[in-house]
Amino acid sequence: MLVDLLITACSRAWDDDGEVLASGIGVVQRLGASLAMHKNPDLMMTDSEAYMVSEPVPIGPRDGYEPQRETWMGFSRIFDNVWSGKRHALVGPTQIDRFGQANISAIGDYDRPKIQMLGVRGFPGNSISHANSFFVPNHSKRVFVDGEVDMVASVGYNPDRVAEGWKLDDIDIRIIVTNLCVMDFRGPDHQARLVSLHPGIEVDQVVENTGFELCIPPDVAETPQPTSDELKLIAQYDPHELRASAVK
Amino acid sequence: MSGATSTSRSRFDSGPGNAMNKLQSAQEAIASLESGMTIGIGGWGPRRKPMALVREILRSDLDDLTVVSYGGADVGMLCASGKIRKLVFAFVSLDFIPLEPYFRKARQNGDIEIMEIDEGMLLLGLRAAAMGSPFIPTRVGLGTDVLTRNTGIKMIRSPYDDARVWVAMPALNLDAALVHVDRADERGVCQIKGPDHYMDDLFIRAARRTVVSCDELVATEYFHDNAEESRYVFWERSATTAVVHTPCGAHPSSCNPLYGIDVEHFNTYAASAREEDGWQRYVDEFVAGGEEDYLNKVGGVAQIKSLPAPVY
Repeated sequence: MLVDLLITACSRAWDDDGEVLASGIGVVQRLGASLAMHKNPDLMMTDSEAYMVSEPVPIGPRDGYEPQRETWMGFSRIFDNVWSGKRHALVGPTQIDRFGQANISAIGDYDRPKIQMLGVRGFPGNSISHANSFFVPNHSKRVFVDGEVDMVASVGYNPDRVAEGWKLDDIDIRIIVTNLCVMDFRGPDHQARLVSLHPGIEVDQVVENTGFELCIPPDVAETPQPTSDELKLIAQYDPHELRASAVK
Repeated sequence: MSGATSTSRSRFDSGPGNAMNKLQSAQEAIASLESGMTIGIGGWGPRRKPMALVREILRSDLDDLTVVSYGGADVGMLCASGKIRKLVFAFVSLDFIPLEPYFRKARQNGDIEIMEIDEGMLLLGLRAAAMGSPFIPTRVGLGTDVLTRNTGIKMIRSPYDDARVWVAMPALNLDAALVHVDRADERGVCQIKGPDHYMDDLFIRAARRTVVSCDELVATEYFHDNAEESRYVFWERSATTAVVHTPCGAHPSSCNPLYGIDVEHFNTYAASAREEDGWQRYVDEFVAGGEEDYLNKVGGVAQIKSLPAPVY
């Protein structure tokens, strides 16, 4: 299943992290974080409610499983963690632009949006405080927009928006996993760069579905398939196969 | 009353004074508010919202409100009824129904003024108000449209040697805060037994007057039985202005561990937003008849208390 490859690719977002809170918001993102924590038990996760746990909690009905709670982590404390920088979140924005600025707030005219979504939530604070990665299940120009996103909810590598005394290096966007490829912002001057293509996907497909110019290295790797161990773990963390409907 | 089985007794005779009694009906408590006020609402999304108090606002002639909330159906219903002039928010969501239908309508029609800020900025604004400070400096919001869309949020240059400018998150001073808790005594000792008290303590401290609805009204002795009970009390009683006894008063939001989210009722509510005159029909069926009628219509206290805790 494509989704298993995506989950595995998402899990690599945390490859360079030590003892930080791994927050995967959404089914694929959370399974990616779960897999990452299995590989790196120094990572921290929550039960998505009010406690940190010693091992990832399987998603969906618990069927008697009790989360292995170790630390109270109510929402007020989450912000203490966010502001400490010891967190790496993998989130699913609705729009992303060439600077890595992202939007989950509203589409269209801000005063009278075409589509009102959630609101900025914790994106502003997350993006200026700790590492962030993105998951996009439908790689298209509607997501990867030309120009800036309609409402900049999370800060990116936009030199025009750097406040006095701050640096672009204060921002830490790691990877973007989509249904076509993996990207990062390690092109020249933080340009978005193609890192790997999923099996069967061509560079042109990525370029045609992206609203801004990408840095395309001469040799682009293929995104690795999940190993049998990884597949077993994914099945274990998703016993009800909620991931099956996460990607069309 | 719960807690009647208390075995702990003071060995002193009670003194000559009478302890304060803050008990009010929901109508009295809401009647103490005025149109045009800034009102903070506790809870988070579909979790432990003071919905009985919100329904009482729907039944009142209060309007022109500025509402500060980690929003759920509280915001949706107040939007639907046209009570909100301005909303201060970071999100409005029912979680399992990600997009709150009536908030969405209000925004897409351009019906409400908004101050859209980060979840943590909202926390800092309440904390600043609680501290009596005009603002709290933070990096949160830098580089985003939260600053370009809220020209009232100013920047401040650090007076120390970091040579940076900071976001000066202004105090969110509340005229009133509405919060729902598991249990309280009539003096305003309030207990939240669920896994998270969210920012309710900050909403309470940011407000000039506070109305706390409780699922259970208990005698003060309830807290004497076991020192653990007072670990779940997050503000001192002087911060509680009024106590309203509203069994299942958070419904259809959850009041874990007493009851979970009423998924079916939220679905009915959300479906009403897709129908012509749906909101008016919702009000006629569930709100207009008063709180006792509401509880009967949604299945009664026993049924609500059997709603399972949500799994996240």
